[in-house]
Amino acid sequence: MSESRPRTLFDKIWDNHVVERLPDGTCVLYIDRHLVHEVTSPQAFEGLRMAGRRLRRPDATIAVADHNIPTVGPRNPEAIAEEDSRIQVQTLERNVKEFGVPYIPILDVRQGIVHIIGPELGISLPGTTIVCGDSHTSTHGALGALAFGIGTSEVEHVMATQTLLQKPAKNLLIRVDHTLGFGASAKDLVLAIIGKITTAGGNGHVIEYAGEGIRALDMAGRMTVSNMSIEAGARAGLVAPDETTFAYVKGREYAPKGAAFEQALAYWRTLPSDPGAQYDTTVVLDAREVAPMVTWGTTPGAVVPVTGVVPDPATVGDEGARAQMQRMLDYMGLTPGTRMEDLPIDVVFIGSCTNGRIEDIRAAAAVARGRRVAEGVRALVVPGSGQVKRQAEKEGLDRVLLEAGFEWRDPCCSMCLGMNPDKISAGQRCASTSNRNFEGRQGPGGRTHLVSPAMAAAAAVNGRITDVRQLG
Amino acid sequence: MDKFTTLTGVAAPLPLANVDTDKIIPARFLKTIKRSGLGVHLFDTLRYDAAGKERPEFVLNQEPYRHAEILIAHENFGCGSSREHAPWALLDFGIRCIIAPDFADIFYNNSFKNGILPIRLPRAVCDALIEDAKLGGNARLTVDLERQVVVRPNGEEIHFDIDPFRKHLLLNGLDDIGQTLQHAPAIDAYEARRRAAEPWLPSTTEAA
Ligand code: SF4
Repeated sequence: MSESRPRTLFDKIWDNHVVERLPDGTCVLYIDRHLVHEVTSPQAFEGLRMAGRRLRRPDATIAVADHNIPTVGPRNPEAIAEEDSRIQVQTLERNVKEFGVPYIPILDVRQGIVHIIGPELGISLPGTTIVCGDSHTSTHGALGALAFGIGTSEVEHVMATQTLLQKPAKNLLIRVDHTLGFGASAKDLVLAIIGKITTAGGNGHVIEYAGEGIRALDMAGRMTVSNMSIEAGARAGLVAPDETTFAYVKGREYAPKGAAFEQALAYWRTLPSDPGAQYDTTVVLDAREVAPMVTWGTTPGAVVPVTGVVPDPATVGDEGARAQMQRMLDYMGLTPGTRMEDLPIDVVFIGSCTNGRIEDIRAAAAVARGRRVAEGVRALVVPGSGQVKRQAEKEGLDRVLLEAGFEWRDPCCSMCLGMNPDKISAGQRCASTSNRNFEGRQGPGGRTHLVSPAMAAAAAVNGRITDVRQLG
Repeated sequence: MDKFTTLTGVAAPLPLANVDTDKIIPARFLKTIKRSGLGVHLFDTLRYDAAGKERPEFVLNQEPYRHAEILIAHENFGCGSSREHAPWALLDFGIRCIIAPDFADIFYNNSFKNGILPIRLPRAVCDALIEDAKLGGNARLTVDLERQVVVRPNGEEIHFDIDPFRKHLLLNGLDDIGQTLQHAPAIDAYEARRRAAEPWLPSTTEAA
C-alpha cells in the first residue's frame, strides 16, 4: 500500500483492515464490530454448532432482538403471541448464552433497533468495520465507519473468523452543495439522491456523502441518509467524521473515555479523504432544490416532490420500464396525473432505523402539537430504542403525540416490515418514515409512501399526503 | 455446500427488473430457524392469490417450469434486504443458477455461499435466453462453470465472466470458513498489531 497516493475515507478504512490480500485480489478483511439480531443469526449459530466451532471474538459482538418484538404488551419473549416469532427470539437468547455473546435483553432500556442502538451506545465508532446480518447496517457509516450488511453465511463466517472475504468496492462521491431549505429534511435529501441515481446507481460502490449539505446535517440526519445507501444499491455509505461526529460519540456508554478518547480522536482526524483522492464516480446535488419528497411506486427510486403528480407511463420510451411503471401504479392503485397531495392516507407510521431517533420524534411532535390526527387515520409512533422513548417522554413528546391522537408504542422495527403484529392490510395506503416501499413490505397488499417524519405527521393530521411547508 | 460443475435443466423466464428480496421471499416467512423448507414460499405473492391458491399465470406454476433449475430475469435482481432466505428459498425450490444483466451486491454474494451460480450477461443476451426459455421443456439450457459458458438449445455457446476464487470454491463445493481458517496465524498477527496501534478500541463485553 503506497502512502503517497491520496486516499479516500473508504480506502483508508479498508487498508487498515486488510489482514491478507490473496493472489486474485480478494482480501481477508478484519471486522471490528459484529451486531447480531434474531432473524438472520439462528442458522449461523447452528452452523457453528454443527462444525464444533466457537465465536472467535464474543467481545467484538453484541446481540439484540428487534424485528419480532411487539410494540405493545409485556416485553418478554414468552409473551410474544406468534409462535414463530417467539421461537426466533428464544433461540437467540439460548444461542447468546451458549456462545457467550453479550446480549441486550428486551426489557433493558438500551434495547432497540440494532441500527439505532449501535451508534447510540457508542458501539459504532469512526474508522471501524461494522457488519450485521441486515442490509441497513449502512446506517453506521454516518459515523465514518465502514458498515455493511451481510448474509447469514457471512454472519457465521465472521463469528468463526472475525473476518470476511471481500474485494474492495468502487468509490462513489455524492457531493451535496448548499444546505436544505425550509421543510426539507435528511430523508427528503436521500430520497432525492435515490431518485437521481436510481436504485441500482450505487451497485458495486461505497458511497461517500460530502459537501456542505451533508456537513450541515446533525448525526441523526446523516444516519438517515447513510441508512438508505442500500436503497441506492450501495452496500455502504460513509460520512467523514468531523466535530459533529466527535461530539456525538463522546461520553457514550461503550465509547473510549479519557486518554483513550484523545488517542482515538487523533486517529479519527486522519480519516477524511485526502485532497485529490480519486473517485470512480461523482454525483453533485444542490440541496436548495430538494423539496419534501414522496414515493409513488414500489421502489424507493420511484419518487417525486410532494408538489408533483403521479407520473404517466405513456411518457416512458423503453417498453420494459413502461411496463414496470404500470405494474407499480396498478399495485399502488394510482392514476397518472393525480396530484400527490390528493392522495388519502389510511395509516401513518413514524419509526424504523431510518427515522426512529429522538430528532425524528421531535420533528413529528412539532407538526402534531395542537393538531388532531384526521378521522379514520391510524397513526403509530414507534421510538427506535428504549433510550429514545425515555428521552421523548422526558421532553413530553409522548403527551403531545397522544393528545393529537397518535399511538405511542414501545421500541421495535414495528411496521417497517410485516414481521411482527404491526402491519397494514391489503389496499391500505400508508405514509411511512421507513426505507422500503416494496410490494407487501408493510403487510400483504399494503401500499407504502415513503416520507420524512414531519411529512408523515402532516399526512396524519390532514388525512392525505400534505406538503408540510403549507402547515407553517 | 454442493459442488457446482455443469447443470442442464429447464430455465424459467422471469422478465422483470428489480426483483427485490421481499418479492423472492416476503418478510413474514423469515421466522424460521432453519435453512430448508422455504421453497413453497418462493415468490409467494406472485405465486399464490390471497386465498393461498396458485395463480396459473405465474411461470413457476406452469409445466415444465415447476421443475426449473435456472431462472432468467432482468436488471438488478435480488435488490433489497440481506436476507439469505432469498437464496435459500430459491435453492429449496430447485434453482441452482440465475441469469440476469446484473444483481444487487449482497444477493450476488449470498448466492455463491449457497451453491447458486449467478451469471451476469448483457440484457440482449438475457432476452434471447428468455425467448429460449419460453419454448418450454424441450429448450433446456446447459451451464458449464468449468468452461464458463451457457449453451443455448441451438448449440450456441455464450461466455460469461466469473471471479476465479468464487469459481474455485463453487466447483469444489468448498466452505469459505474452512478456507479462511487457514489464515488464522495472519489473523492472530493482525489482531496483535491493531491492539498495539489502537488500544483505545473498547470491547462489547464491558462498557468503558
Ligand atoms: S427498522 Fe426496518 S429496515 Fe431497520 S432493521 Fe428494522 S426492519 Fe430492517
